[in-house]
Amino acid sequence: MPEGGTGIGAAVKRVEDKRFLTGRGNYTDDINRPNQSYAYILRSSHAHATINSIDTADAASSPGVLAVFTGADMDTGGLPCGWQVHSKDGSPMHEPVHPPLAKGKVRHVGDPVAVVIADTYAQAKDAAEKIAVNYGPLPAVVNMNDALASSTYVHDEIGTNLCYDWEIGDEAQIDEAFAKAHHVTEIDIVNNRLIPNAMEPRAAVGEYDRATDEYTLFTTSQNPHVIRLLMGAFVLSIPEHKLRVVAPDVGGGFGSKIYHYAEEAIVTWAAPKVGRPIKWTAERGESFMSDAHGRDHISKARMAMDAEGKFLALKVETKANMGAYLSTFAPCVPTYLYATLLAGVYATPLIYCNVKAVFTNTVPVDAYRGAGRPEATYLLERLVAKCAREMGMSQTDIRRANFIPADAFPYQTPVALQYDSGDFTATLDKAEVAHDVAGFEARRKESEARGKRRGIGYSTYLEACGIAPSAVVGSLGARAGLYESAEVRVHPTGSVTVFTGSHSHGQGHETTFAQLVSERLGLPMENIEISHGDTNKVQFGMGTYGSRSLAVGGEAIVKAMDKVVNKAKKIAAHILEASESDIEFKDGTFTVAGTDRSMAFGEVALAAYVPHNFPHDELEPGLDEKAFYDPLNFTFPGGCHICEVEVDPDTGVVTVERMTAVDDVGRVINPMIVEGQIHGGLAQGIGQALLEGCVYDEDGQLVTGSYMDYCMPRADNFPSFSAGTEITLCAHNSLGVKGCGEVGAIGSPPAVINAVVDALWDLGVHDMPMPASPQVVWKAVQAAAPAAAAE
Amino acid sequence: MPTVSMTVNGKKVSGEVEGRTLLVQFLRENLHLTGTHVGCDTSQCGACVVHVNGDSMKSCTLLAVQAEGAEVTTIEGLADGDTLHPMQEAFRDNHGLQCGFCTPGMVMSAVDLVKKNPKASEHEIREWLEGNICRCTGYHNIVKSIQQAQQTM
Repeated sequence: MPEGGTGIGAAVKRVEDKRFLTGRGNYTDDINRPNQSYAYILRSSHAHATINSIDTADAASSPGVLAVFTGADMDTGGLPCGWQVHSKDGSPMHEPVHPPLAKGKVRHVGDPVAVVIADTYAQAKDAAEKIAVNYGPLPAVVNMNDALASSTYVHDEIGTNLCYDWEIGDEAQIDEAFAKAHHVTEIDIVNNRLIPNAMEPRAAVGEYDRATDEYTLFTTSQNPHVIRLLMGAFVLSIPEHKLRVVAPDVGGGFGSKIYHYAEEAIVTWAAPKVGRPIKWTAERGESFMSDAHGRDHISKARMAMDAEGKFLALKVETKANMGAYLSTFAPCVPTYLYATLLAGVYATPLIYCNVKAVFTNTVPVDAYRGAGRPEATYLLERLVAKCAREMGMSQTDIRRANFIPADAFPYQTPVALQYDSGDFTATLDKAEVAHDVAGFEARRKESEARGKRRGIGYSTYLEACGIAPSAVVGSLGARAGLYESAEVRVHPTGSVTVFTGSHSHGQGHETTFAQLVSERLGLPMENIEISHGDTNKVQFGMGTYGSRSLAVGGEAIVKAMDKVVNKAKKIAAHILEASESDIEFKDGTFTVAGTDRSMAFGEVALAAYVPHNFPHDELEPGLDEKAFYDPLNFTFPGGCHICEVEVDPDTGVVTVERMTAVDDVGRVINPMIVEGQIHGGLAQGIGQALLEGCVYDEDGQLVTGSYMDYCMPRADNFPSFSAGTEITLCAHNSLGVKGCGEVGAIGSPPAVINAVVDALWDLGVHDMPMPASPQVVWKAVQAAAPAAAAE
Repeated sequence: MPTVSMTVNGKKVSGEVEGRTLLVQFLRENLHLTGTHVGCDTSQCGACVVHVNGDSMKSCTLLAVQAEGAEVTTIEGLADGDTLHPMQEAFRDNHGLQCGFCTPGMVMSAVDLVKKNPKASEHEIREWLEGNICRCTGYHNIVKSIQQAQQTM
């Protein structure tokens, strides 16, 4: 694509930027409906307690208050779970009821107990202080190991805190392979719990039109159609044609805005009861205790190797925290998005994984940027780094020795997935050059001369995204299909509106998708509008998560454009009096092959809507086509991340000196946007490794409940990044695209921790938990010092 | 309820507020200037940064009544008609924003930095941004944007 173009491969500046840069974005909290009221949600201050009584009388008679509701008033369905996992004995997972307002018992700090609706937010909040809840505090189960051993149950009716006990692989066969191994490397891994923290707090505005019996919900969602389905069908019994869900500009999601949350149902349910629109906006403190958290795995992994360091078998046991209730996608994250990724980029022939999902008195845990794949990658890449140490091999030699070769695709892993493409040697080679690995030893010496320690860490990873083939996920327990839909509406004067079921909340779809249209239909960008986020405009959609928007949503647009072009060819053939098969379409012009007879795209569009002499039995008026696209397979981006850190052993401060990422994301439509996605992912990955960690105390109180306590990455925590791509094309979609939204967060954490361990290895520090905060690092150095001195 | 008057984006405005009303609430709710955002409740995220009498300030840390008589500029008042301010243009040129939520505060803060320290180094830029949190960009392109604006402002 030449400089200044607008098609595939051009770094087109973003269409959406002008409104965001001038303060004219339209986020949910910016929306004010006529006669709007405000909701404040009273939340549990206990991690686990019975609700003996709630006295709302004083609150209800407070100034401005319209209504106060508790769980006893809200006779609706519970918040549904979208995925059913079966335990290894064939029994379905335990799926406790999740009432939008707690009934009888609260199960985590932040569990909604009552809602106050008033003329102003301040009045609602003031009145909520007058609600007297008589709690009967119960012991809380917080830690997963405690929860499995405890006779205190988060859900008494289940009688266990084990949600499911799932496995993949043949354990007996694996144990046989381990018995014959030359060497076995073992590692204990904790994947720290994270709090997503999209910068826009969640918000919802519910509205009811008595004249038409229609409900409208404005909400901070990554997938408004999914919310319409889940809330309408399962919670409030509102049919789709009477329920409109709008997700306008959304200020970041990272997974946390996929799920159907209680507050959406509460404001929609209460709107007809108070007869006014109701707005609820989370305070950040509420976000911390009510947005679904991410990660939180405890694992033990063992790799069996032969004498040359070839991987023979991998065995993993994982406990995954579900929190107090099952969030929308939660059960699939530590199973089908995690254990199926344990082959990584390696030709390990045998893999077994057991996953125990555990209920605890904590906020529900669900997908957060990467979802399962960062947990798999972190475990595998930490384990591989340790394997190399124990086998006396270099970090790159052990990886190269075990890579799936570039000529082995399609490659069937032992854990269900079939990879379609990739070249892991190429991404590693390119990353080593980009990083100047050759200069590392000199840099290490220079650091040591200043009393610092320098280390380098690798992560060669692969992920499965472009979620997902409906037939596959259906067989694995998904209660929905994971296709995407698009409509390409050509207007009479030749401009185009694309309605997509994908949702953009920072990804730049209004630009990237318009580039697809510009390229295919030969139109300038200003003639193309991308519309998303409104169930009354967009035919259907499954939304944006799992790096699926381009690979699934983009393909749906391509399919709809194919239909538009086919229809337009019929129209052009009719008007140009030629055979349809002789019409060629290129650069926005329909031409009769071998002649100079042609029509511009705009002329065909106009003709479609002014069909004065159309043969009505052969040709319909109009030019407006829809398509649904269901992917044939997951897509498999992968690559190599190299991190170089300097550690001050006296203070424990880790500084990321260099961060290099070479990712194979398939074909790149807009390199500027792709790089931006990778930067953002790297920041979240480095954040997980060095800064972020959700902490509960033993009573289930959230200790890291604000930006004072939860360490969000700041600009001065990072260097500038080196982000490059090395492309192999996806083999099963027409664009050859794979996805770029999650790679940074998936690949980077083990590179960072491997670098910290490398830096401190000679001081006797051979393991490092996340986040490797100064305190954690300093303690590890202190603990290792006597041992190192004795050696 | 007390009445507060100030100049916002060059226009004289006044309104009734509660004593506890924050400047950001006055801007968003009374004046419907929703470009200034609220991203936290502990004055850390910086999504609400505006200029008060020429200095960047978090509008969630000021009561509206404290801004009595002040000259306030919000993100809506930064561009000159349809011509973007050089900092806005730089953010667009360098993909310095993704979801756009932190962007107004980030831009207002960055304008103040370049005014006060036009030759700030990358290190100084990153330190200045300590009070503005972005979850999308990893800050890489925000730093590049500010470096461009150092040349064009």
